[in-house]
Amino acid sequence: MTVETALFFIGAALALGGALGVVLARNPVHSALLLVVTLVAVALFFLLLDAQLVAAVQVIVYAGAIVVLFLFVIMLLGVDREESLHDPVPFQRPAALALGAVLLVEIFVLAGRTWATGASSTRGSIDGQVGGEDLGNVERVARVLFTDFLWAFELTAALLVIAVVGAVVLARRSGQQAELDAADQEIGRQIAEAELEEYEAESPTGVGS
Amino acid sequence: MKYPADPLLTGDIDLTVVLIVIGKTIVTFALLLVAVMLYIWFMRKVIADMQNRIGPATAGPFGVLQSVADGVKLFFKEQSMPTSADRRVFLIAPYLSILPAFLAFSIVPIGGEVSIAGHQTYLQLAELPIGVLWLLAMSGLGLYGVMLAGWSSGSKYPLLGSVRASAQLLSYEAAFGLAVVGVLIQSGTLSTRGIVDGQAWTGNWIDGIRAWYFLPAIVAFVIFLIAAIAETNHPPFDLVEAEQELVGGFHTEYTGIRFAIFFLAEFMNVITMSAIAVTLFLGGPAGPGLGFLATDGTVNVWLMPVFWFMLKLLVLLYCTVWLRATLPRLRYDQLMDLGWKYMIEIAFLWIMVSGLVVIAREEDWNLWIVVPAAAVGAAAVYGVLYASMPKRHELVEEIK
Repeated sequence: MTVETALFFIGAALALGGALGVVLARNPVHSALLLVVTLVAVALFFLLLDAQLVAAVQVIVYAGAIVVLFLFVIMLLGVDREESLHDPVPFQRPAALALGAVLLVEIFVLAGRTWATGASSTRGSIDGQVGGEDLGNVERVARVLFTDFLWAFELTAALLVIAVVGAVVLARRSGQQAELDAADQEIGRQIAEAELEEYEAESPTGVGS
Repeated sequence: MKYPADPLLTGDIDLTVVLIVIGKTIVTFALLLVAVMLYIWFMRKVIADMQNRIGPATAGPFGVLQSVADGVKLFFKEQSMPTSADRRVFLIAPYLSILPAFLAFSIVPIGGEVSIAGHQTYLQLAELPIGVLWLLAMSGLGLYGVMLAGWSSGSKYPLLGSVRASAQLLSYEAAFGLAVVGVLIQSGTLSTRGIVDGQAWTGNWIDGIRAWYFLPAIVAFVIFLIAAIAETNHPPFDLVEAEQELVGGFHTEYTGIRFAIFFLAEFMNVITMSAIAVTLFLGGPAGPGLGFLATDGTVNVWLMPVFWFMLKLLVLLYCTVWLRATLPRLRYDQLMDLGWKYMIEIAFLWIMVSGLVVIAREEDWNLWIVVPAAAVGAAAVYGVLYASMPKRHELVEEIK
């Protein structure tokens, strides 16, 4: 068995184990951590395919930023409690099982056939000679990105910026909402003060003495 | 241009090669551990000097063994765990924090190309085609240790520390990456060996130092230093463990050797970041050899590059200690303002400026025409954007 094969099986075990764990773990933080395991294992597959740039981007973007944001939100909102297994939609589980089975069949049917995905490697190896120059895969990806696919690349960038601006506009509170929030806070303050007075009246020594 | 891989790994891989790689790994790890030990002693001595104290003086000559004594003490201390802790994550968190700290250092070129047991190899643990991206990936993963330590402790202050850590590191990662791009524009390669070779010593002091990237990328250098200090949670950016506000932040509930591992990782990160700054901006191992010895002799091939690397590293490490001793901690809003409102914008602007200059040089354009034209164009675009944006007082009106 070559080193590549051994690494593939280690990576496959990690990726599958992590993916199963994401679904089966009952604590959302554990799920997020197992997702990181899967993402790093997928980065290992990219390395085995000689796609070092994609592997690095996989770890930087997914493991380093996206899952960190997941965890940030989980911690900030305090939703890190165990989920109940009660299912409010009764037909959801059988439907999920059936669709999962369909997906599995699709993958087995499509694996090794090229009529759905187009001929493999039409653009050539991602490492090697281009016009007499010896280029690594980082350089080749850069060259393709900034020549053949420049428009798609720039448009994707613009799309992301628009999405960010849109999110800010949606999150910005309108005038009416700000008033409602202020009223909400005032009520909360009054309740807290009433509770404090009650507590002070009950305890014989008072608070802080 | 593709940068050639380590000559050790391009030929046949036999047992000697495997042994050399294992040896390099062990030496790098040991070097980092000893460096952390000495750095802690150095830090305490320098801060003591700045505050008119003596500092550690009992263990060993000049107190140099103080860190060893502390380590032994922490190793044998009782370890406790809160009952509300998430057991498995609590136990794994210290290791998640030290592993990336060590792995990030593996791409730093410590010396030149040497020959070990008949094999040519670079004096660095790993020469990767993705080079600097590896550093970004590892600093992203390093965040998990701090975040999970705080969360899994199951108590309030550590959790606040974790939330701060994730927000702070995400904010500064952007500025950090953009500052690295400032170097990549100059070097044209991601490989750390390639970056160091681009700054190689040319024979005299003026040209040799001018070849280092801190001059052509001076703004990126400053932003890199600030962002690196913030990424390592080093004062004045140590809001994650601010002891006046959060008891101890993420490591409040940790005791004994697990606590020690967090600090090991933190100081290791400071050393790694300084080493990366030396590699990217200060020429790495570049420096003059000893003229009276043969240029291919053992001293000039093995020792002098390592000496220059260590000297530059020491200067940067002194600066980190200096910051620790003098600057008060930032407020949280100041931290966010600095990261989002200034550093990212300046870094973007710098990428545009240096990209323009590099392209103009390559294409033989006249810089006196191109730079003002670009400035006028940028000002025009900014003017249109500014005119079309709602003004602050209008927004305030609207919210009222």
